[in-house]
Amino acid sequence: MEKDQDKILNEVTQGEYKYGFVTDVDAESIPKGLNEDVVRLISQKKNEPEFMLEFRLKAFRHWQKMKMPDWAHLNIPEIHYQDIIYYSAPKRKADVPKNLDDIDPELKATFDKLGIPLDEQKRLAGVAVDAVMDSVSVKTTFKENLAELGIIFCSFSEAVQEHPDLVKKYMGSVVPYTDNFFAALNSAVFSDGSFCYIPKGVKCPMELSTYFRINAANTGQFERTLIVAEDDSYVSYLEGCTAPMRDENQLHAAIVEIVANKNAEVKYSTVQNWYPGDKNGKGGIYNFVTKRGKCAGDNSKISWTQVETGSAITWKYPSCLLIGDNSVGEFYSVAVTNNHQQADTGTKMIHIGKNTKSTIVSKGISAGKSNNSYRGLVKVVKNATNARNFSQCDSLLLGDKCGAHTFPYLEVDNKNSIVEHEATTSKIGEDQIFYCNQRGIKTEDAIGLIVNGYAKEVLNKLPMEFAVEAQKLLQISLEGSVG
Amino acid sequence: MSVETTDIDVKDKFVELYNNNQDILKKGAPDYINQIRDEAFQKFKKLGLPDKKNEDYKYTDIKSLFNNGLKTFLSPKDIEFNVDDIFKCDVPDLNTEVIILLNGWYYNREKQLAELPGGAVIGSFQKATEEYPELVKKHFNQYADNEKEGLVALNTAFVKDGIFLYVPKGAVIEKPIQIINLLMDDENDFTQHRNLFIFEENSQASLVVCDHTLSTSNFLTNSVSEFFVDKNASLDFSRIQNEHNGSKQVSHLYFYQEKDSRINTNTISLHGGLIRNNINVLLNGEGCENNTLGLYLTDKGQHIDNHVFIDHAKPNCTSNQLFKGVLDDYATGAFNGKVLVREDAQKTQAYQANNNILLTDDATINTKPTLIIYADDVKCSHGATVGQLDMDALFYLRSRGINEKEAKLLLMYAFAHEVIKKIKIPALQERIHELVDKRLRGELSRCNFCYMNCK
Repeated sequence: MEKDQDKILNEVTQGEYKYGFVTDVDAESIPKGLNEDVVRLISQKKNEPEFMLEFRLKAFRHWQKMKMPDWAHLNIPEIHYQDIIYYSAPKRKADVPKNLDDIDPELKATFDKLGIPLDEQKRLAGVAVDAVMDSVSVKTTFKENLAELGIIFCSFSEAVQEHPDLVKKYMGSVVPYTDNFFAALNSAVFSDGSFCYIPKGVKCPMELSTYFRINAANTGQFERTLIVAEDDSYVSYLEGCTAPMRDENQLHAAIVEIVANKNAEVKYSTVQNWYPGDKNGKGGIYNFVTKRGKCAGDNSKISWTQVETGSAITWKYPSCLLIGDNSVGEFYSVAVTNNHQQADTGTKMIHIGKNTKSTIVSKGISAGKSNNSYRGLVKVVKNATNARNFSQCDSLLLGDKCGAHTFPYLEVDNKNSIVEHEATTSKIGEDQIFYCNQRGIKTEDAIGLIVNGYAKEVLNKLPMEFAVEAQKLLQISLEGSVG
Repeated sequence: MSVETTDIDVKDKFVELYNNNQDILKKGAPDYINQIRDEAFQKFKKLGLPDKKNEDYKYTDIKSLFNNGLKTFLSPKDIEFNVDDIFKCDVPDLNTEVIILLNGWYYNREKQLAELPGGAVIGSFQKATEEYPELVKKHFNQYADNEKEGLVALNTAFVKDGIFLYVPKGAVIEKPIQIINLLMDDENDFTQHRNLFIFEENSQASLVVCDHTLSTSNFLTNSVSEFFVDKNASLDFSRIQNEHNGSKQVSHLYFYQEKDSRINTNTISLHGGLIRNNINVLLNGEGCENNTLGLYLTDKGQHIDNHVFIDHAKPNCTSNQLFKGVLDDYATGAFNGKVLVREDAQKTQAYQANNNILLTDDATINTKPTLIIYADDVKCSHGATVGQLDMDALFYLRSRGINEKEAKLLLMYAFAHEVIKKIKIPALQERIHELVDKRLRGELSRCNFCYMNCK
């Protein structure tokens, strides 16, 4: 039995990364290294207005003064920032693809492999997609349909060209370039990303989605997403990420900013599946992401749902600034680490407005030799009367060489707020496995069943299409892990 | 001999103080102590005092404590008094062996070491370094962390006196030992005592430590206590912190537990301008049990910061942390509990809870219960809450004719009871009940502002 379990554990934990192909697409990149000229070059290549260049340069100068943070419970090998290519774009035949036929066939094949609903038949799925490859937005679907409602959903560079006022107003308003080391780096060199604007009173009728893929070698991916939801609007936004298998580590430092005005609701879901490196911890993506939402208006709501299965190292804290009265922040997360993966992830809920509420549900699953940490801050300032928070952080350990850690910070400055935090650490019980075996369920399936049950609270929050994918991902990531 | 430490750069002042007074510091101390002293001084020079950027001192500003015109005394000051005249113990019915430290120095200068039943020895640490060099050599500075804690290194560098307790193999001390830390001086003092407690195999003892201030000067205490608890020994440790609001203390406790040993600690913080307790436990043998409990009741501008670190280094150990606090007025508090379960520490059970009640909008609490787990077959949980009194419970009491004030007191009292009921000495438990009751009614606070000492 013990042996069997070990065998199954190995199988489960060593499932192959199925997105590890490289697409042979001509890419245009600039030489390695980072200096002011590179920043200017990026800005020039993207034909950006003056205010963008200024923003980038300010960020770059600030970044030079900063040191890489080392407080996380992570072991990050030294990153040589001068060895990274900061701009890589798939070459385009014409200027901009006018329809699907214009897209590089290789590229199209890539997205077909990924199962991204770019083409006609997927239109039935009712998902509008903005695909970003090596930091450049390739194709946005359903743009026209959305435009009828006044919704702007396009690549960030397009938004810079066509809606500079909006970009100028909101870019950096939630995550300023001074925020942290990686945010400053991103602000200086970001190449593209998605931009989404929901006008007043509009409920976006379909899920908006972005797919990120790093393709070229030695490149860093620095994309930037900005979502603005005006009064009384609603949008649900999905994000997926994959990368090819490479021996060397690649850097991904993104920024996501969300602004929710009065009565607006934004739901942001991520399935992060960057290449996690091989069994021995070689290669993989460093995923250092700053995600933050601002509930600026009264009664607004921002909800983060994330399934984190990939990346060699994850450093990510999707946060909510609850500024408007009665605003709500939510964070649902499943983070799986296997082999030599490391994750330090969690959230920050800053209660500023009155009667603000936040919920945190974090489920960590560690297997192999991985380390998985939850780090979260719940802060209630003095004027945030009647604030309410509930946090639950559970860890599941599969195997005796992995680690599960919890670092919650609770800071409360007034008397009528209630803040609760609880956490448990456990492993899959032999009795649970036995129960399943007894009913004819194989040990491997039983683990999948138990893990999915454990993560169900979070998976339920995902939109349908993603939930199915996430469940499969969980199973693949954990193939064979029994404690 | 005294030197003022008023300047902003406190570290340099201490470095200067050390360099200028090496003769006095080292005189009378055996070589092995002085060697450790020099090493610790080098470490202090490197570490300095912790600032707010130090994650462990994020919520307590240590550096500002030193800007108070404090004096450091390198030899005991002659302060004559009759203890019975000016000091009445908070716990009158407690039948204990009483030991007194005055401003960090062993008070009874005539008889510096005393024998207790069962061959145990208690007395001045300074004297013990001469009389029991083997014991001291074996345990002194073995458990305290000079590498990371600048304050501990500072204490070690300036080590002079404190309490020494040795309980030999199999000795069972029935009567609780009471250590009273008195602070009394007309000048503002910075004191650093160093305690060493050794409990050998199968021994049993219970300790009660009380902190008191008897004069209105400003005091700052930086104390380090090391506890070695050998196989199957058991220790019950209660601590009552009751100093006035001009007094500040940072205490570092290091508990080292061997196989099958048991430790219960209760830290009751009733009063004090600023209290920072660092409680470190290393469970270095299988089958250890550790209960670390604390209760803090703060008001006015008081600040309390409890820092607990439980290190599960071996399998099959159990630890339990429970810290509860009531914060009134503009008091601030912090709790930082950390449980580390090392790789092979399977079958560990570790629980950690921190519950807080804020009575006003100006009170602040920062809590950070942390779990770091590297073993899979463990049961660990932690929880933290910040809230107010349960409105339903209050309503229930009110509907039964209890007025609001009394009902609130009752609920707070019940909240505190969970910690108090774990105190093992009945007389002490009863008395702490009374003190907490008084404290919650605000009476103790009045007493602490009064110099009559009538109690």
